[in-house]
Amino acid sequence: MRAEHDHGHNHPVNFDPTVAEPDPFEPASAGDRPLRIGLGGPVGSGKTALTAALCRTLGAEIELGVVTNDIYTTEDADFLIKAGVLDADRIEAVQTGACPHTAIRDDITANLDAVERLQQRHPGVRLVLVESGGDNLTAVFSRGLADAQVFVVDVAGGDKVPRKGGPGVTTADLLVINKIDLAERVGADMEVMLSDAHRMRGELPVIAQSLTDTPRAPEVAAWVRQRLAAGAPAR
Amino acid sequence: MTTSGRLAMLALADARFPGGGHVHSGGLEEATHRGVVTRPEELREFLFGRLHGTGELAAVFAAAATHSAAGGAGRQYWLRFDAELDARTPSPAQRDASRAQGRGTARAGRVAWPSSALDELLAATARPHHATVLGVLLGGSGNGTPRDAAAVAAYLALSGSASAAVRLLGLDPFAANAAVTELGPELDRVAERAADTVGDDPADLPAPSAPALDLLAEAHQRHHREEVRLFAS
Ligand SMILES: Nc1nc2c(ncn2[C@@H]2O[C@H](COP(=O)(O)OP(=O)(O)OP(=O)(O)O)[C@@H](O)[C@H]2O)c(=O)[nH]1
Ligand SMILES: [Mg+2]
Repeated sequence: MRAEHDHGHNHPVNFDPTVAEPDPFEPASAGDRPLRIGLGGPVGSGKTALTAALCRTLGAEIELGVVTNDIYTTEDADFLIKAGVLDADRIEAVQTGACPHTAIRDDITANLDAVERLQQRHPGVRLVLVESGGDNLTAVFSRGLADAQVFVVDVAGGDKVPRKGGPGVTTADLLVINKIDLAERVGADMEVMLSDAHRMRGELPVIAQSLTDTPRAPEVAAWVRQRLAAGAPAR
Repeated sequence: MTTSGRLAMLALADARFPGGGHVHSGGLEEATHRGVVTRPEELREFLFGRLHGTGELAAVFAAAATHSAAGGAGRQYWLRFDAELDARTPSPAQRDASRAQGRGTARAGRVAWPSSALDELLAATARPHHATVLGVLLGGSGNGTPRDAAAVAAYLALSGSASAAVRLLGLDPFAANAAVTELGPELDRVAERAADTVGDDPADLPAPSAPALDLLAEAHQRHHREEVRLFAS
């Protein structure tokens, strides 16, 4: 199948879900607003733990804020506050009307409002981490909300998860395979997981990590720094 | 009605319109927690109340806003209009829910139907009420009539709660949908009455109310602080 273009040639379009291509759209964001990074992935994969790690590591370098999309509670926000990685007034919790994927993808109004409230309270904020509610493998962030997105899966969900694919695994700007410290106990084959992940994602990066072993998430933090250096492109 | 008017009306009423409506239950979540709504029959009753309380008020102000936007109303008018709608919305929680949806609808609507009428409204208030924005979008480049705006506003007062009922109670979606559509003739009358009032001074517009919905909205907010609610209203 081919997509028509108005500049005189065609690009091949592949509908095979196992073939990964980088998102073809320019991220929409403005130079003078904070970079917005989405953290998505299934329930319990370690999104909040990663958010906390990033706050710990990057908090000293840059002003940041967090938006949480918990489904039923303020657990995520409470955890971050208790962990002491961020002041309570730098965290905004969004109510998602029982549809967490809608709130990050189809109708991002509540999340944009939350980001705006953070910016009003802290005009100097340069990075906003948006944690989605735990959801399924198809839940990705709209480009209108996230300039870049990280999809977090864990080894405990089984080593089949990367090859199951879905837009989260195949198109996220970064795939994190978390809790590798548990791989042996749950019988997950890391080699299979990594090679499946790379096969599904092509050139897109994959980081395998354990927040138990490396609680400051150095590799993911380095990736975020690169994104910050690239800046938020003008809208 | 022009073709663009019909499309704007349909798009604004569509649950897929990205204006933030999906996180509002219009008091339905609180009603389910109290056991007031558990079955389709009770949903029907609840929706009847929504239509004649919140829905009719929204219809009146949406129709008036369409008329005034088409007539080139300015900042002073919109400030007065805003204050009059505030005065008819006694629950602070409902005022906030309405303004949140107004802002979201304006954000999405500005891209779809930009107009000087919308700019004029947003210059007067950055967070206008939902009904006002619906009316101004249709009265601006949306090319709709006051009656269209009234119908959309009244319909949205129903559809949001019905969808919340499906999500919260696992109600049969066919029954929930029928509970909305059964109110069709009733909704037509509400929209017609609303369209009849356009041109009146904002202070003289009708003030329908539903105290039970005001109380549910307040209770919803109070409970959210204690045990967390899924919806923003
Ligand atoms: N062993 C191990 N446990 C981890 C790791 N990362 C997170 N956890 C634990 O996994 C559990 C879930 O982590 P969270 O960060 O709450 O996961 P989440 O994705 O935010 O969960 P939801 O928001 O509920 O979807 C917690 O008990 C964490 O301590 C890891 O690398 N190794
Ligand atoms: Mg979490």
